[in-house]
Amino acid sequence: MDRNSKKAWLYLLPSLLLLGAFLIYPLLDVLIYSVEECYNFASQTYEGLGLYNYAYVLHDPYFLQAVENTFVLVIITVPISTILALLISTALSSIRPLRQLYQTIYFLPYVTNTLAVGLVFMVLFQRTEYTDGLINLMLSWFGAGPIDFINGPHWAKMFVLCFYTIWVVLPFKILVLTSALASVNEEYYQAARVDGTSKTRIFFRITLPMISPMIVYLVITGFIGAFKAYSDAVALFGTDLNAAGMNTIVGYVYDMLYGDSGGYPSYASAAAILLFVIVLTITCINLLVTRKRPTD
Amino acid sequence: MNITLQNLTKRFPARGRKAQGETTAVKELSFEVPDGMLVGLLGPSGCGKSTTLNMICGLETPTEGKILFGEDDVTALPPELRGVGMVFQNYALYPHLTVLQNILFPLENLKGKDRPSRQEMRRRALETAQLVQIEELLDRKPKELSGGQQQRVAIARALVKMPRVLLLDEPLSNLDARLRLQTREEICKIQKKTGITTLFVTHDQEEAMSISDRIVVMRDGILMQQGRPQEVYDNPANLFVAKFLGTPPINVFEGQVQNGQLFLGDVNVLPTTGVQDGPVWVGIRPEGFLPEANGPLTCGLNRVEVLGRDTSIVCTHPACQTDTLRAVIRSDQEVDPDSETVRFSLRPEKVFLFDRSTEERLYGQGAGPARP
Amino acid sequence: MNHSESTVSKQKARRRREGLRSALTYLFLSVWAVVVLFPFYWMILTSFKSYGAYNGEHTPVFFTLSPTLENYVNAFTAVPLGGYLLNTLIFSLITTAVMVVVSTLAAYAFARMRFRGKNLVFGLFLSMMMIPTELVVITNFVTITDLGLRNSFLGLILPSITSVFYIYLLKENFEQVPDELYKAAKVDGTSDLKYLWKVMIPICRPTLVTITILKLIECWNSYVWPRLITDDPAYFLVSNGIQEIRENGFGRENIPAMMAAVVVISVPLILLFLAFRKKIMEGVSRGGTKG
Repeated sequence: MDRNSKKAWLYLLPSLLLLGAFLIYPLLDVLIYSVEECYNFASQTYEGLGLYNYAYVLHDPYFLQAVENTFVLVIITVPISTILALLISTALSSIRPLRQLYQTIYFLPYVTNTLAVGLVFMVLFQRTEYTDGLINLMLSWFGAGPIDFINGPHWAKMFVLCFYTIWVVLPFKILVLTSALASVNEEYYQAARVDGTSKTRIFFRITLPMISPMIVYLVITGFIGAFKAYSDAVALFGTDLNAAGMNTIVGYVYDMLYGDSGGYPSYASAAAILLFVIVLTITCINLLVTRKRPTD
Repeated sequence: MNITLQNLTKRFPARGRKAQGETTAVKELSFEVPDGMLVGLLGPSGCGKSTTLNMICGLETPTEGKILFGEDDVTALPPELRGVGMVFQNYALYPHLTVLQNILFPLENLKGKDRPSRQEMRRRALETAQLVQIEELLDRKPKELSGGQQQRVAIARALVKMPRVLLLDEPLSNLDARLRLQTREEICKIQKKTGITTLFVTHDQEEAMSISDRIVVMRDGILMQQGRPQEVYDNPANLFVAKFLGTPPINVFEGQVQNGQLFLGDVNVLPTTGVQDGPVWVGIRPEGFLPEANGPLTCGLNRVEVLGRDTSIVCTHPACQTDTLRAVIRSDQEVDPDSETVRFSLRPEKVFLFDRSTEERLYGQGAGPARP
Repeated sequence: MNHSESTVSKQKARRRREGLRSALTYLFLSVWAVVVLFPFYWMILTSFKSYGAYNGEHTPVFFTLSPTLENYVNAFTAVPLGGYLLNTLIFSLITTAVMVVVSTLAAYAFARMRFRGKNLVFGLFLSMMMIPTELVVITNFVTITDLGLRNSFLGLILPSITSVFYIYLLKENFEQVPDELYKAAKVDGTSDLKYLWKVMIPICRPTLVTITILKLIECWNSYVWPRLITDDPAYFLVSNGIQEIRENGFGRENIPAMMAAVVVISVPLILLFLAFRKKIMEGVSRGGTKG
């Protein structure tokens, strides 16, 4: 190896070491963990290899609850947040005064600590012995009864979680779509206006197809992100998500690993790999569906 | 300080998955840049001239051959130990540094006893700035300068460490036509003032001819010809050099030598001896045509362009390699623009014969100057 | 009605329609702006209400007439919020600094150096971007535990340093610096390290600033890893600190004090955002991901 090559490897060394130790090795290791049966964390011994861990996880009611919660969250938040982001960014790009201000405001949730602001949402939605909370006050204006969104029925908790998730993911989507809209050449719009095309038609026939790659990108990353939901739920319902019935798959993984119910890295690994398989499958389906579209 | 290249060869490993073997960028190149001279290395793009320059400054290592600066063999030396100054095609000025900082940059790299004091560095930077007349621009950033000014800063940066050799890579290609004229005089002046041995690379023959003491013509990594610009122009060694030098370019005809006579088509145009009978390429410089009522060469007349000092005649001839040929005549020689044809006689010293297959020059008496 | 009159009235109608459309647009945008801003307003408002006043309101009140700083005092005295902030600051600064150095070196090697196997290694790097953190966190947890690094800054920082995406972003940027500059520097005898320091880094400073800020935000908000690796409150960062405060801190009912803590945690990032708004938004839209 010549001098230059050596130098290059030297420059790469720190990142290679770190990536190797904390990204590549763990990736292989997690596969091994997931097939080691009856792994004992204290003695670091196991009794055999097999798929028992997967079977255990798949029969664990907590895991099934977590999968259900996660799927509901994904199915509700991804379409709503994408459409809402599309509406907002379209509206944003149609105005000139105050645009910067709105953009700045909309981006704020991105830079806030999910855990901290989640607490505010909890306060807004919670019903305690002292007060029904602000949201219930608003509901009462419309004659709706007080609902405890934080400790009450499952659907109410799900509603808050979805609402908060959408609130948290929108800034990124708005930002991406706004810059996508801004990059559409103005001449297309001018040409369409000369032809007397209506605004709705312009939106559906010109704008939407032009930014569709970005929408696809957002949907895919949105799916991936929503499947990995965890800290939003913790922020709203506390660390004991199983008790609240609001656990997510990622939450299940961490709970298996650590905390009061923890100490089972094998179950955690199996659950994590199951999650990865789900995400991969959905992403592939997404890619297939979107790749077919342009040819029709 | 002479620069001497001895059998310089550079081969690159082939790029791409499918390509096999190596490509030879420069092949057994030998020439000399005499001390204190301004030499233009000339050739079409891709001829290996930039690779040659990079080998001389040390950015590339030759596969074979030697590079000497005076008596020193610098072939294996890294660039900083060669004492070369280089001006890049796009100037390569550091965008975040001011003009002064850019000029100081090479000095700040010097180490140990070579490293001048801060004051000395500054003094030398100012002196160099004065030489290229950019004293007023020292505090500006490169992007606030015009192309010509950037060029001068680049030259100053190359000169400030008092190199033994100055190398310029396509120094004028990024300037507009008017600035080009001005800058090439400037380069010439600076070179004469400093007396530094200078080699510059260009694909523009006019540029090379106009300011070089010597030119070196390359093609496909091989040396074609070297010498004083006028010498090379008047006495090209092969068809490529003849075609590459001169504006308007030389006119090339299919010709035939028979019994000491040169024929274009059926017409005997010149007597020529010492050249074997057979087909040849005939190169005739535009100024080699003399309009004459009874001249042997009859051409179809397309148009007459009056340029003031001289007149350009565009015409056709069946033996000519191109659709039209161009003759340049003095403006006091009259040609009737409405006539269908025009007749020329030829000036023998402007007519060159070349071998049909090798395209090497064929020397004989009667056409072109004798072998130098 | 003659022709010109009808055009005039048509134009009037159109102008009215346009006005209505833009009014509706602004209304819509403002509604969402309120949804975004309201939690921030509520947390600041609540943080200035006294404990008694807040719990006395059976119906929430949208303003307060007797603001108090008592909650902020509580946030720093009753719970170790200062400690959490300091920990987070140390963690974020060190992690970001090391990340920038490590990534710069790697990006430079990829962008400017010639070495055997470069494309292969870079391809490997790119494919690493697809590895989800959730998969590797399990082994990392075991590794750090085995190394006895739980409840230590080293344990917190080490796995958080590398970010393939930032290496990629920097490499792209480094490659935009013309090759000629490198050659010119070589002719002047500049070493690689000096060239990187004196030429590359100054030219690419905007990108470096962007990744620094993005990494700072990421560090400041990181929750999962700190929660896994620390159970000693002396090493809590703000995220698990706030969770601790919520569950065991002031008592679950002292909402105003909690809100004061939330404000203290959120303010540094919001200030950072307002200061570098353009850079952050540009950096995120180039490929940051969240949600």
